[in-house]
Amino acid sequence: MSKKETKNIIPPTEDTMEKEYHILNLGPTHPATHGIFQNVLKMDGEIIHEATPTVGYIHRAFEKLAERRPYAQITPITDRLNYCSSPINNFGWYMTVEKLIKAELPKRAEYMRVIIMELSRIADHLICNSVIGVDTGAMTGFLYIFQWREKIYDIFEDICGARLTTNIGRIGGFDTDFPAKTWDKIRNFVKEYPKALQEFANLLERNRIFMDRTVNCGSITAEMALEYSFTGPNLRAAGVDYDVRVANPYSSYQDFDFIIPVGTSGDTYDRFMVRQEEMWQSLKIIEQALKNMPTDGPTHANIPDFYLPPKQEVYNNMEALIYHFKIVMGETDIPAGEVYHCVEGGNGELGFYLVSDGGRTPYRLHFRRPCFIYYQAYPEMIKGSMLSDAIITMSSMNVIAGELDA
Amino acid sequence: MEKAELLELVNTKLKGNFHGSIESAELLYDFPVFVINKEHIHDVLSFLKSDEELNFHFLTDLTGFQTPDEKHLGVIYHLHNMSKNFRIRVKTFFPMANPEIPTATDLWKGANWMERETYDFFGVKFKGHPNLKRILNVDEMNIHPLRKEYPLEDQSRDDKSDKMFGR
Repeated sequence: MSKKETKNIIPPTEDTMEKEYHILNLGPTHPATHGIFQNVLKMDGEIIHEATPTVGYIHRAFEKLAERRPYAQITPITDRLNYCSSPINNFGWYMTVEKLIKAELPKRAEYMRVIIMELSRIADHLICNSVIGVDTGAMTGFLYIFQWREKIYDIFEDICGARLTTNIGRIGGFDTDFPAKTWDKIRNFVKEYPKALQEFANLLERNRIFMDRTVNCGSITAEMALEYSFTGPNLRAAGVDYDVRVANPYSSYQDFDFIIPVGTSGDTYDRFMVRQEEMWQSLKIIEQALKNMPTDGPTHANIPDFYLPPKQEVYNNMEALIYHFKIVMGETDIPAGEVYHCVEGGNGELGFYLVSDGGRTPYRLHFRRPCFIYYQAYPEMIKGSMLSDAIITMSSMNVIAGELDA
Repeated sequence: MEKAELLELVNTKLKGNFHGSIESAELLYDFPVFVINKEHIHDVLSFLKSDEELNFHFLTDLTGFQTPDEKHLGVIYHLHNMSKNFRIRVKTFFPMANPEIPTATDLWKGANWMERETYDFFGVKFKGHPNLKRILNVDEMNIHPLRKEYPLEDQSRDDKSDKMFGR
């Protein structure tokens, strides 16, 4: 249209222009959100004006279920919290019970736990970081690095027979040492994974396109992160050096020398970089554990009341058979008391608040799920940003549906 | 600082400022535990957060609890001071007939969903909460399922006797 023609058209002013927001229902099963998350977004064009998350789509009443289960049978429930790093959840639960029954584990068992926990931390961060790549349009890194997750799962499979929902070990330690070939697999992994991780880092860390997409996207200040009870890599990306492994060491973490990486701006790029660095640190911890681990000795605590006797004895010895039956049926008396124990899970402080009245099952068990607590800051973090930024903010926060909904 | 010293420190401070509001103070495993009168709970939490020496700036966890007599509900707070690594547990109990308690959302924004979860499962009504509705269960649900009066299994079944095993 030429200037002459437009002369008589009255341009809309602030008052005459009707403001209307567009409601967009993102989820519950949107392919870009990797899980069951629903967000009702109030959009102004492509800018998010307001977000209302709905959670609970895969709520499975774990806390209620736990009130009827013997202690050993609660472990499979914990698998299904953060299923990307099940062993950490399993061990966290064991340590809670061990704290209640005052069991002391031998160094060897604790070091074995550390190795498994750090491997699962690598698996957890690896999924999160490669998926950030996918969401920014870089499929390559994901394809390169995902086979290493399979190698970690192979190690878990050797030890406990399961890959994802592991139910690994027992209350009190491990039933046997890992098989010799598994030790070789772990050593191999530690030797070869750095090359793959470095390759992945080269693809993304200083990549112009990746940085343009992630720097200053979905950032949160340290004050706000603390206010919202953030923990784990998301809090550290905002610049607070809180890590449960250092603040309240469990399972002999005080023996290891490692660094807590912190970010500055708490944006998607910082969260990515903190997880990258944590993978390197995890490798360092595994190396130290392999080097300093006692080579022989028991792999479990000396707690005959709670720990299954060896199979050989069960078949030949009356007492052992009785104990075996009692423990399997969950008829051992757990002392009354209340404990809170926390471990550094893949996403932050995973806490177990356990109240026992002395029966075979907990009186009350509460899981402090880091995802559930920090996901409530999501609407605030994506307010005023583009829809595509909201997607990568969510994947960089590593919200896991199983942990969110318990 | 030893846990016993921390218990003593917090106890003295609370006694000085809120006389008669502490129902008990003890060390349970590695946590100093304080049971606070419901009337003072918000003031105590606010004091614990703002006190310069204690400075419990981080709300680790907030959850509900029902006493075994099924007459009282409780709310349990886990507080944390990260720089000094102080951790305490604060509890408060109130009768089920009137399950009202002031909200902690004005002190910690993170309390929002944790209180909604507690409301959802125990029916604790947090006064002053900006958006107190169910979070994990469906909105149409008319019970608070973690209360002991709602057993896990259907009570009309008689083929599963729990006389020997389980509660």
